[in-house]
Amino acid sequence: MRAARPPLAIAVLATIGVAFFALPLAGLLYRVSWQSALSDLLTPEALDALRLSLIVSAAATVLGLLLGVPLAWVYARVAFPGRNFVRALTTLPMVLPPVVGGVALLVAFGRRGLVGEWLDAGFGLRIPFTTAATVMAATFVSMPFLVLTVEAGIRSVDRRYEEAARTLGASQWRIFRQVTLPLVAPSLFAGAVLCWARALGEFGATITFAGNLPGVTQTLPLAVYLAMETRPEVAMVLSLVLLLVSLAVLVALRDRYLRLD
Amino acid sequence: MPQRPRIDSTAACGLKAQRSWDAHHRLTAVATAFVIVAAACGGATLPAASSATPSLVGSVTVFAGSSLADAFKSAGEQLRLKNPGTDVVFNFGSSSTLATQIINGAPADVFASADEANMQKIVDAKLSDGAPTFFVGNRLQIVVAAGNPRQIAGLTDLAKPGLIVVLAGPSVPAGRYALEALRKAGVTLRPASQEVDVRAVLNKVALGEADAGIVYVTDVRSAAPRVGGVDIPEQHQVIARYPITVVSESKRPRLARAFVDYLISEEGRRLFAEFGFSRP
Repeated sequence: MRAARPPLAIAVLATIGVAFFALPLAGLLYRVSWQSALSDLLTPEALDALRLSLIVSAAATVLGLLLGVPLAWVYARVAFPGRNFVRALTTLPMVLPPVVGGVALLVAFGRRGLVGEWLDAGFGLRIPFTTAATVMAATFVSMPFLVLTVEAGIRSVDRRYEEAARTLGASQWRIFRQVTLPLVAPSLFAGAVLCWARALGEFGATITFAGNLPGVTQTLPLAVYLAMETRPEVAMVLSLVLLLVSLAVLVALRDRYLRLD
Repeated sequence: MPQRPRIDSTAACGLKAQRSWDAHHRLTAVATAFVIVAAACGGATLPAASSATPSLVGSVTVFAGSSLADAFKSAGEQLRLKNPGTDVVFNFGSSSTLATQIINGAPADVFASADEANMQKIVDAKLSDGAPTFFVGNRLQIVVAAGNPRQIAGLTDLAKPGLIVVLAGPSVPAGRYALEALRKAGVTLRPASQEVDVRAVLNKVALGEADAGIVYVTDVRSAAPRVGGVDIPEQHQVIARYPITVVSESKRPRLARAFVDYLISEEGRRLFAEFGFSRP
């Protein structure tokens, strides 16, 4: 059977749709000054930002796995009153403007914040303007992607495997570790990669909550934003790096784990 | 010193203004003299702005350094009152961000910068209609929490260990001025953050996240009594001079000019004085 030929109107609109996303990438490829691309990428500020971004996004992914997987399991397996509300609450950062997230983090964990004031007074712990704040901002916006992906994975697991393990005397914790987790490994991986990619791109919450200091809180997106004013050529190379990494992640995921068919 | 392209201008005021802009880089006295000329030019065209001619209907988009936010909003209100049917839309941010936006085609009618360097970018890109005019001046002040609980007496105290100090980023005018003041005072410090504009510095102190920052006196005044100000002595002081221009790609040059003329009129100067700005 021949593949369906799209009606002309749909083909035209779909082409415009593709162009809308392809042109910005083409623009970057066109404007990047290739002669100096490598030296721009190897400037101390670019390297600092790159290094910090890798650390922060990795830390956010680890935190996301640590807290997000149990959360996903609870959402998938435990029917408790208000579950939908709590799920909505923890998914909020997906639709919230990140800068609002940053303000919220500041009023909670800032020096005068709900928890921050107590942390400062009790332990002398101050979160804003530290790399920890950068990790928190990244985790705040990226963990929901992991939770939703893993929850969907756990829901699709055939529960008979878990019940079989239970009849053999395995504890709930052992079932979770040795039966459920291995079965959801693909969603776990996909969720972690999505979470990592979102953390890598985080800007608004970071600049609001963590501030901007090279080497400490200035991640790649912040460096891009600030370099645009002083050294646009550096901003463009860094943008291209971020874009290509994200594209690679999505292509790889789509092929292996996010198949719709 | 880098070569600057000459700006073509046919308007009489523009020519005088251009001379003054270039002259400033050589001789401040000439620029000061120009202010009087500019004020006269502004005064001459002001009646057109206040008589609500039909051509002054529409919306003008003003890009201005964030330290100008309060004064400009008030000035916009005045222009609206004087010219029913006009509207002023503002985009406040660091002058460096705004200059980048305008060079990349943002639809600004007027650009007011907190420093000359960022205005020069607009002039170099041939986006200034005539030469920019210096219209206000500003001074630096240390912003601290209300009541100055950390007892900061001057720039030297900012280097005290355990103190969280934020500055504006080095590309932001206020950030560069702050570094200059610190250099004059022989103080080296590591800020906790380089904020995107001067208002972000102010807010970090107002929120209590930072103990101190270096901002303009007008910023401290706008946020008082939530924050306090500590004066910087004359020998370490850095004077900011703000240039303003009509963007040459403006679709509403007359309305844009009317706004600028209002700002450099006597009434405009009084308004800026109320907000703590000095003469340029």
